[in-house]
Amino acid sequence: MEKKILMKGNEAIAEAAVQAGCQLYFGYPITPQTEISEYLSQRLPEVGGVFLQAESEVAAINMVYGASASGARVMTSSSGPGISLKQEGISYLTVAELPCVIVNMSRGGPGLGNIQPSQSDYFQAVKGGGHGDYKLIVLAPSSVQELITLTHRAFYLADKYRNPVEILGDGMLGQMMEPVVFTKPQFPPLPSKDWAIKGKNGRERKVVGRLTLEAQALEEVNLRLHRKYQEIQKNEVLFEAFGSPEPDLLLVGFGTTARILKTVVREGEKKGLKLGLIRPITLFPFPRDEINRLANQAGKVLVVEMNLGQMVEDVRLSVEGRVPVFFYGRTGGMIPTAETILSRVEQIVS
Amino acid sequence: MHNEIIIGGFGGQGILFLGKVLATAGMLEGYHVSWFPSYGPEMRGGTANCTVIISDQEIGATISDHPHIVVAMNEPSLFRFAPSLKEGGLLLINSSLVEKEYQKEGIEIAKIPANQLAGKVVNNPKTLNMVVLGALIGYRPILPLSQVHRALEECLAGKEGLIEKNNQALETGWQYACQGGVTHVSQR
Repeated sequence: MEKKILMKGNEAIAEAAVQAGCQLYFGYPITPQTEISEYLSQRLPEVGGVFLQAESEVAAINMVYGASASGARVMTSSSGPGISLKQEGISYLTVAELPCVIVNMSRGGPGLGNIQPSQSDYFQAVKGGGHGDYKLIVLAPSSVQELITLTHRAFYLADKYRNPVEILGDGMLGQMMEPVVFTKPQFPPLPSKDWAIKGKNGRERKVVGRLTLEAQALEEVNLRLHRKYQEIQKNEVLFEAFGSPEPDLLLVGFGTTARILKTVVREGEKKGLKLGLIRPITLFPFPRDEINRLANQAGKVLVVEMNLGQMVEDVRLSVEGRVPVFFYGRTGGMIPTAETILSRVEQIVS
Repeated sequence: MHNEIIIGGFGGQGILFLGKVLATAGMLEGYHVSWFPSYGPEMRGGTANCTVIISDQEIGATISDHPHIVVAMNEPSLFRFAPSLKEGGLLLINSSLVEKEYQKEGIEIAKIPANQLAGKVVNNPKTLNMVVLGALIGYRPILPLSQVHRALEECLAGKEGLIEKNNQALETGWQYACQGGVTHVSQR
């Protein structure tokens, strides 16, 4: 499949998962991501995999736990309210160090919210919506093509670090069609899953997801996980830099918002404004060093999000108060326009 | 080259498919394209609309606040989308279903009796969306018609039996527009 085809975001994720060797999918329908389930319900049986519509999101995430413990590549997907329901299971997956891919095509919140695009699940994805000292690897695509490459990458990173990976998209990315080219996933070889439970067959007993009641022992577990997260922070940061390399104002945005910010950079250029954009592709690990460097160079930062200020906190932590950080956001399913952002940019620059 | 097109009408008029063929044609012509559907809490028989953007630059938002072209397949979508048209934009009205007149300064208003042409000329009422698409390309040649035919064939892969009638519908709408059609440029 090297031909350029027009494909919907949700379907692109689903096909990319199959190409990455995903054999099992458990999910429960919710707009705006149900096409992922719909596509896989047809496609997975074709490749000898299993599609199962669970009775609830809670059941689906626990099926993911079981399937992942067997060593298979497994995925679930939902949108905000459904991802909230999965949080207990996600916390359990992290301490059992079970690799899996969780897709959140987020929508307006809180509560049931609505079904329009939103980025208000940033805190939930990056800061942990479940309990305990854990981290997910969080990837933020901004085009249908990138939904494919990041789905491939998500499965690789999940196995590499034995950690759940969340793909944080939104209703716009899930529902839109763009031209894509499917390329084969290519990553370095991974260690074999000698921890997986595939039937005892006379060998010694293996345990996945140990109960650690003793405080010192649990602290050890947490410290080990912490070292892993530091390793991830060191190795896996991805971002895109766009626009002027010596900007007068640095813009920071992810996903759908970053697309709009590219328009802002181009329109700003026409007005003689030197604007730079950093688009974090990994939200954890966060590209804090690069943002810090460019922010100091520019002297001012504007963060734009489809929420009332979530990632902006990580940008502020990255610059540690050395540079003023401004914020503009729309929420509830509203999408900021390039026009409005540009007038905000002009205010800040002048 | 940058065109933002909103196509609106009833569910069942083939609006999302019309948009898909248009976006595919743009892709085949080598442009950046995006297709974005309305996916609100709509019911069957309710409203449907989609936004197609065709551009020589990377596309930002896939929705449009000020489209260059609005295709109104029914009356509600005319009054919903036409007011946002850019100056110099094209309003293409399905005059089979829209009786009311619309006034806005600085736009071109064109008509296509799509239901009649699909029913009587093509002899298949379901092809009205392709009649409209043909007319759109006739009135505003943003893409070559040949590329739209190619896109249609690509979008109908696996349903080859439908290609001939739909090609005929495209041709019918295109000819109607190219032979003068009904247009009116509002004065500023």
